[in-house]
Amino acid sequence: MSTDPSNPGPDSVYHHDLAENLPRHSHHDAEVLAEQRARSYWRANLRVLAILLGVWVFVALGCGVLLGDWLDQFRLGGFPLGFWFTQQGAMLIFVALIAIYHRWMTHIERAHGVDDDPDDAKVTAESAR
Amino acid sequence: MSAQAYSYLFVGLSFALYIGIAIWSRVGSTREFYVAGGGVHPVLNGMATAADWMSAASFLSVAGLIAFAGRDGSVYLIGWTGGFVLLALLLAPYLRKFGRFTVPEFVGDRYYSNTARVVAVICLLFISFTYIAGQMRGVGIVFSRFLEVDINTGVAVGMAIVFFYAVMGGMKGITYTQVAQYCVLVFAFLVPAIFLSIMWTGNPVPQLGFGGTLNDGSGLSVLQKLDQVTTELGFSAYTERKRSLIDSAAIVTALMIGTAGLPHVIVRFFTVPRVSDARRSAGWALAFICVVYTTIPAVAVFARLNLSESLDSTPYAEAPAWVKNWENTGLIAWQDKNEDGIIQYRAGAALSPDKPEFTEARGEHGQRLLSNEPAPGANEIYVDPDIMVMANPEIAGLPAWVIGLIAAGAVAAALSTAAGLLLVISSAISHDLLKRTLVPGIGDRGELLCARLAAVVAILIAGWFGINPPAFVAQTVAFAFGMAAASLFPAILLGIFSKRANQPGAIAGMLAGLSFTLGYIVYFNFIAPERNSAEYWLLGISPIGIGALGALLNIGVTLVVSRITAPPPAAVQDLIDDIRIPSGAGIAHHH
Repeated sequence: MSTDPSNPGPDSVYHHDLAENLPRHSHHDAEVLAEQRARSYWRANLRVLAILLGVWVFVALGCGVLLGDWLDQFRLGGFPLGFWFTQQGAMLIFVALIAIYHRWMTHIERAHGVDDDPDDAKVTAESAR
Repeated sequence: MSAQAYSYLFVGLSFALYIGIAIWSRVGSTREFYVAGGGVHPVLNGMATAADWMSAASFLSVAGLIAFAGRDGSVYLIGWTGGFVLLALLLAPYLRKFGRFTVPEFVGDRYYSNTARVVAVICLLFISFTYIAGQMRGVGIVFSRFLEVDINTGVAVGMAIVFFYAVMGGMKGITYTQVAQYCVLVFAFLVPAIFLSIMWTGNPVPQLGFGGTLNDGSGLSVLQKLDQVTTELGFSAYTERKRSLIDSAAIVTALMIGTAGLPHVIVRFFTVPRVSDARRSAGWALAFICVVYTTIPAVAVFARLNLSESLDSTPYAEAPAWVKNWENTGLIAWQDKNEDGIIQYRAGAALSPDKPEFTEARGEHGQRLLSNEPAPGANEIYVDPDIMVMANPEIAGLPAWVIGLIAAGAVAAALSTAAGLLLVISSAISHDLLKRTLVPGIGDRGELLCARLAAVVAILIAGWFGINPPAFVAQTVAFAFGMAAASLFPAILLGIFSKRANQPGAIAGMLAGLSFTLGYIVYFNFIAPERNSAEYWLLGISPIGIGALGALLNIGVTLVVSRITAPPPAAVQDLIDDIRIPSGAGIAHHH
């Protein structure tokens, strides 16, 4: 915290690490905080996308096409490994990727306070009516 | 009970179910008509998406395609399923947060332009109509093969059923019928596959069975046996790649991007209550699809083995009954080139031209005579790839009720896709073209009426295409996926991930991607079909894979043009900020 704990200024409502370097500007605090939170959430989101899409490209084009012939020297049961990837493995990994994405994002959204838990959804649904 | 009686029973029961659901789910507002009120459970939505996306071709043709293409056919499996990863990670959550009704609506609002909206509507109509023609045709074919009614009657019955639940129930009716249709089609696809797998390997799980060991005591694995059989007959080995690496990579990429850009699939994620439900639902959709799509290559392997083993070197007089049954429907033809009365199955075309043209006469062994010239080479038998799924129960000697199941499953696959396409066509016309562009003053009831009328007109056009199929049905798949990849997907993607992408950029990008892709496909399929081979292709990429380059071109043009023109207005910047945050989604609402 940037404020002196012995003398909490009347202006300050900061209670979050993310707000550490922000100017003390009481009437903008809530807005600035939300913006800061949104920005760090978006950065975390892009990182998740980069990692998962990296795996996706590696599986779809790498294992599925370009490395297929090389992978065939290994066997998985009665399958040459490259053949198995193109006809089974890639599809199973795609399903796993979406499942991991969903869980990971739910976690990140909660951590950044931007999730859409059911109570919020109900409130917005009613207010929209 | 005969196979035909079972077909009538199962198809009739499934129709009664769909009509029951339609009556139960009638709708009274545009919100219910377009997005089922935004209250569909994510798992049910996933199931509906799976049925929506798996078409008549997925059910009837893909296994046959792979059975004959072997390893090269894998590009379709990876391409069509991998697109859901893009959809779940890059589009679905943000479009759900956007919270309106249609895909052109996002493009129009994000690029603050009715021109962009209309360009998106045109792309959508072109993609959807090329797709829907094949579905109606599929319904007609199933009716004529299994129920022995005229193909046109089959198309008309299919139209009437879709009319009933799509026009009455809109997205709500479609969603719940699609859930039922998924259950019908998955059951119909898995039952014969399980029987086949047990027959060849003793393993009841087809996905494991086709990598297992044959149960004939030879000790060979199924794939070793198939490689051996195919090479003996002069084909290249089943598990060997023949297509060039660059073309394979381009096709996989184009199909993946195209799948993620299909409007009737995207719009399904507008129907769930929350942003997190959109990505969860996409995961379920792919899982439900993969139940069928991991079974398809197993069916392909067993069907190819069955076919090769039971056809080659068999005297025609002793050939199994299914050979003659399918010869009667014109999907198998035999020309006894060396006049020994024995079927020779080899690599290469049997006939010239490829497709059999039957005369009324019968030959000395009872075979149907052909007016085709014999093609050079030893192969004497023509087999239509579509037969692989339809004839499976007969080839494997399965009970008659399994054949009835196949008929009901194929009709379910065709109708569910047709209904999804009809809905995006009607909403693009009533909502984007009328409400948002031409007649902004129209009320909710008026718009709902227009949506229903548009659905009626679309059904009639689709039916007309089903009865008078364009000669190029096979190439239309390349059209639909290539266009979706080169037009809609990049516009939506940049609309979410680039704050700088603006109106002139998006319009220029969509038009560039679209005209390049369409031009390439039209050139090689219609203008110069004789040049449609690897040596003339750009970078060795076939027309079906060109959508990958079209998408790149679209993205490049959009970014460059956006950079040299004014940035989007502040209100649009705020819209982008808003769709990037999941909280506060609410229900899909009216503008």
